[in-house]
This record gives sequence, C-alpha cells and structure tokens, in this order.
Amino acid sequence: MSARKSDIFILFIALNLSAFLFFFLDALSMQADTQKKLSEERAMIEKLGLTDLCLFTDARYMRHPSMADLNTPFQDHPTSIEHFPSGTLAEPPRHLRLR
Amino acid sequence: MNRINKHRNILDFTLSSLLRRKRKNTALVLVYILVVFGLASVLFSTQALKREACSILQRSPEVVIQRLVAGRHELIPTSYIDKIKDVRGVQTVKRRLWGYYYDPTVGANYTLMVPDDPAVAEGTIVIGKGVARTLRAEKGDLLPFKANDGFFVSLEVGDIISSDSELVSSDLVLMNEGDFRQITGVPAGYFTDMVLSVRNVKELPTIAEKIRRLAPDTRPIVKDDILRTYETIFDWRGGILLVILAGAIMAFIIFAWDKASGLSSEERKEIGILKGIGWETSDVILMKFWEGTVISLSSFLLGCVFAYIHIFYASSALFEPVLKGWAVLYPKFRLIPYIDPLQLATLFFLTVIPYTVATIIPSWRAATVDPDSVMRL
Repeated sequence: MSARKSDIFILFIALNLSAFLFFFLDALSMQADTQKKLSEERAMIEKLGLTDLCLFTDARYMRHPSMADLNTPFQDHPTSIEHFPSGTLAEPPRHLRLR
Repeated sequence: MNRINKHRNILDFTLSSLLRRKRKNTALVLVYILVVFGLASVLFSTQALKREACSILQRSPEVVIQRLVAGRHELIPTSYIDKIKDVRGVQTVKRRLWGYYYDPTVGANYTLMVPDDPAVAEGTIVIGKGVARTLRAEKGDLLPFKANDGFFVSLEVGDIISSDSELVSSDLVLMNEGDFRQITGVPAGYFTDMVLSVRNVKELPTIAEKIRRLAPDTRPIVKDDILRTYETIFDWRGGILLVILAGAIMAFIIFAWDKASGLSSEERKEIGILKGIGWETSDVILMKFWEGTVISLSSFLLGCVFAYIHIFYASSALFEPVLKGWAVLYPKFRLIPYIDPLQLATLFFLTVIPYTVATIIPSWRAATVDPDSVMRL
C-alpha cells in the first residue's frame, strides 16, 4: 500500500520543523563553544583600543565607520558622490546623522 | 478523530490538485523560497553581527578624541593631552598612533597600528590573518612597505594574530612607533587621536561637553556612539540590500497576488464540480486554506533552513561578492549563530499569512455562487 500524500506532506513539515529545532539547539551550543573566540576578540579590542569591526577594507569610513569624518562619504572633492560599493550597504552611524 | 480524518482527506485532495498544476506551482514555490531565503539570510546575518559587535565592542575605549580641521580628521599634537588630562573626571589619557596603508603590489588596504603594551620590536611586525592570507606571508618573512619618503622599508613578520579574532583584526599590521612614523610620515609629537578612560561612566556626556568647550576643534566620540553605530549600521531596512530585496518582494507580491486572488477558469470549474457533487462551501474554503498553507509553509520553512545553512555554515557565500565591494583583503570569519524568535515570527506573519488569506478570499467568492453557473464559465 503506497503512503498517502498527506502523510508525506506531514513528514516533510515535521522534518523541516526538526531542522528548525536543530538550528535553535545548534545556535545555543555554538554560542557556548565560541567563548574562546569572543574573549580573544574582547582582549584584542581592549589591548589595542579598537573601535570597529573589520568588515570592509575598501573605504576608510567603512573600515572605521564610528570614527568617520562628518563629511563622509563625500570626502574626495567637492560635489563628489559616494563611489565605494560597501558604502551603499550600510546606514551611516547614528551619531553622524544626528548632527 | 473524524475531524482529523476530514482534514487529512481534504489535504490529500489538495495535494493531488496542486500536483495537477505541477509546473505553475513549482515555479511559485521556487520564487517563494528565494524571497524567504533572501529575507531570512539578511535577518540572520545582521542579527548575528549586531549581537557579536555589541558583545565585544563593550571593551572599546570610553572616549576617543579626534581633532578636526576643515571637517576632516587631523593629527593631534601632544599639547592637547595636557589640556584634556586636567578635565575633572578624566582618569587616563592615551595617545593612539594608527593609520592606513595601501599596498600597491596587491591592491589591498591595511590598518597600521602601534600597540603600547607590549610594544612591537623595531624592524618587526605582527599581522592579522587577512594580511597574511592576501600576501601569503608566514612568520619570519620580510614584507616591504613604501615609506613616506619614497624608500622601501622591510619589516619581518614576528607573529600572526590568531584567526579567532579575525572579525576585529584581519587587516591589522602592528608595528613599532619608529617604523610607523617612518612609513606614514607622521611627525614626532603628533598622534592620530587620543583615548580616555573616565572615573564614572555616567559623567561621560558632561566630560565630552567640557572637552568640546576646552578644545573646540576636537570631536569626542563616546563608547555609546561606537556601540550604536553597529546597532544601526546593518539595519536591514536600509541600504542597497533593501532596494534589491524590495524589487524581488514586489515582483513576488504581484506574482503571488495574481496567482492567489484570481482563480483560473480551471480552478473555478473545479470548485463548481466539488459543489455539484455535494461539497459544502466550508469544505471548499478548507481546501483552499490547505492549498495556501502547503505552498507558503513549505516555502517559508525551506527558505529559512537554506538561509541558516547559507549564513552560518557556508559563511554567507552568496553575499560575499556584494560584501567584498572593491576590497582585496576580505576578512573571513564565522558568525556565531543567533536566531531571534520574534524576528522569525515577523517574517512568518509577513510571508505565510498574507498568501494564505489571499488564497481563501477569491475561493470563498467562487464557492458561494451557484455551481451550475461556475461550471458553465
């Protein structure tokens, strides 16, 4: 006797939900395992007085967004427009927008 | 038990009905999965990044003082330290020497920095993993740097920073003060900026205001500003990602709305026949509810599963070309997975519920009219 279509669908949903549950548990266990990574990062920040994450290295205002000039990103010459691709990905820091 | 059996029978019928229009529904599910995958990938990566940034940047300096000239970050002379260290509430003032170096041989940008404690020996450097990878450099190698006067300075790689901290140190080149000044041309007595520690963090805004009054050409950046930078910088509601996703989402909404709200003549006929053989209006609506649920729930679950694998197991491989931009040196880090159930629920309500509702309404309209007239269409 072949399986009913509804059984196959319910099994498919159950498998997906199990994957979800696995991801939640995986996220929790990885958070516990990565304490060494976090403490290395914290130590590096404290030792060198770092202020930013190294996410983009093309433009200096994207390498250190929190330290960016107030005229960023129109910095190269008057009326210059933003030309670094990474600059279009992120929002300007809040403390620059509020000024 | 009867109720469950009824639902299972209707679900069986719905699945057979969906399989009859295999091509159309497969295309719909694939587009649906792609939209959920895109949204969930952005959601997962920004959440994980923000969480990690907020957790580690708690150790960043309490105040950074920059000097500005013509709106630009300018070198700060040592005399400013004497001015600022006497401000009430300031505990320590440290000078920082750092800058950027463009390596023309590979086209990469590095961040040069002079650590205080422990200082790097003259003639040697400590490099981040990203620099080592870009230059294929190993411990003991000599790396040439073009100095400000045009001559080359060769520095020996004394150590490579562990990959565990690559998220903050990938492009760093740590060196001695003398080497730094020779390469960058920063004259003696000048520094890049200053970092302060204060006795009471609650006094930070007052201290920052005092410094602004004492040295009007300076800009104090407090730790809260640094932390908030990463809370808002990857707001998924902003930036080009939203523009790309908005286009995809709009196309999907039109596609789904057309598919869900406008019943095809075949589907109308099907409803008419079902009503003709004795199905109640409620049964037809139940069937359409299951149809919407099968498509949207399957797409939502698969989209999220693929997004999790993409972000946390495949290191956001599909986003890499976008994130890289023009950068030659690209940090390789694995994000610590974090799932925010509230955001996942929001994504569920934004993607699953509207589609399911949009499927039910037109079928309810079709199911309430006379079966004979529907079949004659």
